[in-house]
Amino acid sequence: MCGCCKEDSKYYEPFEAIMSGFKGTESDLIPILQKLQGAYGYLPEDIIKRLSERTGIFVTQIMGVATFYSQFKLKPSGRHSIKVCFGTACHVNGAETVAEALCDELGIKLGDTTPDGEFTLESVACLGCCSLAPVMMIDDEAYGRLTPAKVRQIIRDFYAKEGKAK
Amino acid sequence: MKIMIGLGSCGIASGGLKVRDTFEDLAKQNPDVKLEVGETGCMGMCYKEPMVEVIDDSGFSTIYGEVSPEKAKEIFEKHIKGGKAVEESVVMKSDGTGAESNFITKQQRIVLSRCGKINPESLDEALAMDAYKGLEKALKNMTPEEVVAEVLASGVKGRGGAGFPTGLKWKFAAAPVSDQKYIICNADEGDPGAFMDRSVLEGDPHSVIEGLAIGGYAIGASEGYIYARAEYPIAIKRLEIAIRQAEERGFLGDNILGTGFSFHLHIKQGAGAFVCGEETALIESIEGHRGMPRMRPPYPANKGLFGKPSNINNVETLANIGWIIRNGAAAFAAIGTEKSKGTKVFALAGKIKNGGLVEIPIGATIRDVVFGIGGGTSSGKPFKAVQMGGPSGGCIPAEYVDTIIDYDTLAATGAIMGSGGMIVMDEDNCMVDIARYFLNFTQSESCGKCTFCKIGTKRMLEILERITKGEGVDGDIEKLELLADQIKRNALCGLGQTAPNPVLTTIRYFRHEYEAHIKDKKCPAHQCKALIKYEINPEKCIGCTACSKKCPVGAISGVLKSAHKIDQSKCTKCGTCLSSCKFGAISVD
Repeated sequence: MCGCCKEDSKYYEPFEAIMSGFKGTESDLIPILQKLQGAYGYLPEDIIKRLSERTGIFVTQIMGVATFYSQFKLKPSGRHSIKVCFGTACHVNGAETVAEALCDELGIKLGDTTPDGEFTLESVACLGCCSLAPVMMIDDEAYGRLTPAKVRQIIRDFYAKEGKAK
Repeated sequence: MKIMIGLGSCGIASGGLKVRDTFEDLAKQNPDVKLEVGETGCMGMCYKEPMVEVIDDSGFSTIYGEVSPEKAKEIFEKHIKGGKAVEESVVMKSDGTGAESNFITKQQRIVLSRCGKINPESLDEALAMDAYKGLEKALKNMTPEEVVAEVLASGVKGRGGAGFPTGLKWKFAAAPVSDQKYIICNADEGDPGAFMDRSVLEGDPHSVIEGLAIGGYAIGASEGYIYARAEYPIAIKRLEIAIRQAEERGFLGDNILGTGFSFHLHIKQGAGAFVCGEETALIESIEGHRGMPRMRPPYPANKGLFGKPSNINNVETLANIGWIIRNGAAAFAAIGTEKSKGTKVFALAGKIKNGGLVEIPIGATIRDVVFGIGGGTSSGKPFKAVQMGGPSGGCIPAEYVDTIIDYDTLAATGAIMGSGGMIVMDEDNCMVDIARYFLNFTQSESCGKCTFCKIGTKRMLEILERITKGEGVDGDIEKLELLADQIKRNALCGLGQTAPNPVLTTIRYFRHEYEAHIKDKKCPAHQCKALIKYEINPEKCIGCTACSKKCPVGAISGVLKSAHKIDQSKCTKCGTCLSSCKFGAISVD
């Protein structure tokens, strides 16, 4: 999509709506980026540039913050996010074999998105549901007491439910 | 009759919402049955989630565990309508009976006193259990100096890990004269395997707000921040609700309780950086920067957030404050050991039978927690070690199971009290792998500002990776010890200074495991892939071909109905065959 179309389309509407709630001072930067990512799914380059123009915060400084915190993404993600927990409780209960089974079932590595754009697979440090270890989260739903066989089934069920072939 | 459904993160993850819906539907379908359906936070017994508590009109409580929607229907029919408890699902009753009552009766709850008992979204329920009484007493009957003195006299220490006396910290922040001061709650609970702060925020957010308001009054701050992990959406939602309620009822905002004291509270969401748990990095993050620690001095008490005097306390520390002011320093100081006062909340997890949230008086032993409350290992295999203090802490081996839990005794073992993560390990856990796991974590979370942490932890991690791959050489252990010593002495902040602890304690107590990896190229716990071998027992293999079909590298050969064989030169030790075999024919050594 080129910039000229975006001006006409509603592309910048979320940006404007978000910015109207902030004074645009430096201490607002992280909450602004969090809201922008919530609206756009990631932090597109042109949105970062526009943010810099609007607030006077240098692009380098915005990028410095965006790359420091693991929450921010500079590439679009899949429709669903899978977060595999690598917390200590999960680690001692076999998180690694669960993650390997997931990678194998989806045919991607940790941090990647499936070619059909359905799933982005990420590792997280701890989801805090340690007594259910090992745990993963698909979007906002947590799945606990996982085994390699169980995660493969969850992914297959997910595709079946959405009526899509894998 | 009243029924409370536990809807902390664990409860929701286990299906608590479906259970609540079931009870609500049943209550609607049976209007003749007088039943109030309520919700509450974490009850602590995460291993029994979803949990519900039935309270009859006389106040007698029956707590059920592992409640499915079907079980909910049974409880409704037999207990709520019929008046007879479904005994096989009861975990505890208020008379102290029930299969799991040890888990609760052996605890002493101050911080968690309201968690799992009140609806965290109801200020009235919190008020009925003494919330904000400490704030009222502080504002109406005490001077700020008296509040600081009271907290100092209680002996409470920072529960975030470092264990610095809270009263002293408040005294330092109260001293400077400034037009603006800040008090900050550190709710960036980043230790993997720890969920104490999340449970407090989800179960009783008003306790933290009360602690902040009292602290603000004591040090002279009119503004406060709660810096919370973005990974805790339920905690943030409940905090937002609680702040709004407190403002509406005059416990926050201008002229609190008519005393002339004003205090405003804001929430800042973290964005996923462990180092932001370090107080100066947290300040940088609130200011909108990369979360990199600052050189100290100046300390935050003199020059903190936006250059103003600031005080930072952990969630659990603040949740103690209301109780201390309400009941007096002496009551708090009566609990605990000579040098460590009060209680401590632990998140008991890992290979533990009864995992969950436990609050014990300081001075209990590791045995009391792991066996008395936790019921021993989940696998039934021998208990090997407990990891305390997360990436900054250490592993305490089974032979030290009678160690007393207080700040000084734990420090002497090489571990720390920490924020409260307690991960239990059995004999199947490789201690070299655990050291590698934690160092990998701190290494990837190192902010990169100082050389000792940035490069030192990287070199240590490389050595540990080499050892777990069977490529360790003589002298590696000594090299790890040398690097650890230098990093501990020279890193800029707590993250780096404590990063070597998991390595040092595992070397101290499990040196033989390191040596087995390096000299014999064996992993005694069968965890390190490069040092293990998968084999098929021809007597148990029925030749179903399941493993050979699943093997991603085609290392398994054999024909239908005859025993299969693994080609060791091709095997990548992924373990897929082991989990695909339904006949127990595949073993690992």
